Amino acid sequence: MTGPTQATMDLVARRRRADGLFACAGAVLVVLCLGVLVLLVGDLVRDASARLHWSFLTNYPSRKPEQAGILSPFVGTLLVMLVTGCTAIPLGIAAGTYLEEYARKNWLTNIIEINIANLAGVPSIIWGLMALGLFIYGFEKWFGDPGDEVFGLGRSILTAGLTLGLLVLPIVIVATRESIRAIPQGIREASFACGASRLETVRHHVLPYSLPGVLTGCIIAMSRAIGETAPLVTIGALSYVAFLPPVPGSVVKDIDGNVMGHAGLFDWLHSGFTVLPIQMFNWVSRPDTRFQANAAAAGLVLLTVTLLMNGVAIVLRNRMRRNIQW
Amino acid sequence: MSHAATSTMTARVASGRRSGSLTRTNVRLGERVAEALLLLAAVSSVAITVGIVGVLVFESVSFFRHVPLLDFLTQREWTPLFADAKFGIAPLVAGTLVTTLVALLLAVPVGTVVSMWLSEYAPRRVREWVKPALELLSAVPTVVYGYFALLLVIPALQWIASKVFSYDLPGSNMLGAGLVMGVMIVPYVASLSEDAMRSVPQNLREGAYAMGATRMQTAWKVVFPASISGVTAAYILAISRALGETMVVAIAAGNRPTLTANPLQPAQTITAFIVQVSLGDQQHGSIGYQSIFAAGLTLMLMTLVFNIAGFYLRRRFREAY
Repeated sequence: MTGPTQATMDLVARRRRADGLFACAGAVLVVLCLGVLVLLVGDLVRDASARLHWSFLTNYPSRKPEQAGILSPFVGTLLVMLVTGCTAIPLGIAAGTYLEEYARKNWLTNIIEINIANLAGVPSIIWGLMALGLFIYGFEKWFGDPGDEVFGLGRSILTAGLTLGLLVLPIVIVATRESIRAIPQGIREASFACGASRLETVRHHVLPYSLPGVLTGCIIAMSRAIGETAPLVTIGALSYVAFLPPVPGSVVKDIDGNVMGHAGLFDWLHSGFTVLPIQMFNWVSRPDTRFQANAAAAGLVLLTVTLLMNGVAIVLRNRMRRNIQW
Repeated sequence: MSHAATSTMTARVASGRRSGSLTRTNVRLGERVAEALLLLAAVSSVAITVGIVGVLVFESVSFFRHVPLLDFLTQREWTPLFADAKFGIAPLVAGTLVTTLVALLLAVPVGTVVSMWLSEYAPRRVREWVKPALELLSAVPTVVYGYFALLLVIPALQWIASKVFSYDLPGSNMLGAGLVMGVMIVPYVASLSEDAMRSVPQNLREGAYAMGATRMQTAWKVVFPASISGVTAAYILAISRALGETMVVAIAAGNRPTLTANPLQPAQTITAFIVQVSLGDQQHGSIGYQSIFAAGLTLMLMTLVFNIAGFYLRRRFREAY
């Protein structure tokens, strides 16, 4: 046998060159993708620089762009997130726990599993339509007199929080299931062997050990909910809010300044609201370009909060991977 | 609790009758209640689906009482809020499909190459940094992407169009919106495809290398076909995201329903139409109010068609190891 022919060596050289080029192309694309993130943040910072001041956080939205701030949208976002968290987190953890620890293999479990997978793919604006038709008008039609707003939930913080809570519910359920599934069967068997019931096993072992994973899922879910705009536009979030929801116990006055009584503990739930992404959308779509700096500043605040939450989730996940060894 | 239960049992054995406040039946009752509550939480997700489908169908039925289904499907104009109202869904569907196609033409190739690079080329340390960073890209709120599209990407495209092609690009168009949407879904495609590629057994790669294949040949001819089921799932998710994406198109694609396949033109998508109507004040029960539910139902059905197609494709190509 002689050595490799010239043709073979050429072929190998060509293939190697293609391989090297492909490696470079991949690396370049990755850098470009990450570059977009940097560009995005940079663009926002540049456009927002004129508005980055404490007064931006403490002022109400205004007709004058240089005086406008994000006090009411910011408070609105916090309160809506409170309701969202109170809906999605307990419901999601309970459903995930049921599916992993209790559910038998039967038709009902099958339906629930397929259903959750499909819910995760429903476009977010459809959730808004559901809330509009059901929470705002449907409840009113079925349970109350027409025109009487007692039974509908109205265009309120409560409606918004519930809608977003249901929207991110699949994320919490999936995260809960994944982190529960990672717990070895031996832990449960040991608990049962000590005489613990199923509920005790879940409460004292399964849930505590899966907590970091569940927490990561909850943070991801909340960060998704914070940026959601479309469903809240659909349910009719206000775009100009120059008031804050009533603090429980504070004095409520009518337009003429007469004292009407004190705000109840949960009155803020029924208050009209706006949130940061809605305010930003409103500012972006105004013809007056002076509002674009405000949009950029609001976007920067929103982006900072979301990226921080995701950063925390990533760090949490990495630490969890490193610390837990079964 | 377990201790109490055990001692109660002992007491029962000793005395032959039930005693104490925490009897076995009580413990069982607690267990039952807890299980029932957890089941209720799980079933609530089904109730949500019923609610979504119920509302969409219910309001759409009212809509189709006023508008013949044939008009909805065949008319070429969509002007439900005008005095001379026309109810052809085609312009909105066209806008949705064109922006989705533009997004996919960017996201699918880029996402696939990135996932291949991460899975087959990148050192472990690099991958561990890059993947979370890409996930951050997908965490950016869509309204921020909308701002980015309207005020950075489209002006840049306009500049290129006028300098290079001497073409006057409109200030909002489907190309710009679609491209930004593409950037938005690259991380989904990359992350999910990379998971699928990494789960291809190592001995397939070793077999390819032993035959003298380069990394690129292994990636394209061995790993990619072997992971095609998972990669298809990633593409389907990308399609769903692009079809349902709202804020980017509402801000940057223009807001006039236009029946065109030209991405350089402004047009309206189904989602952008829903946003536009919601921003105005539509009376509950009016035809404008009902039209957003009919549009929503159309969007739902489009998403469903792609998902079912994806399901069959995946089953057709599934490789088991």
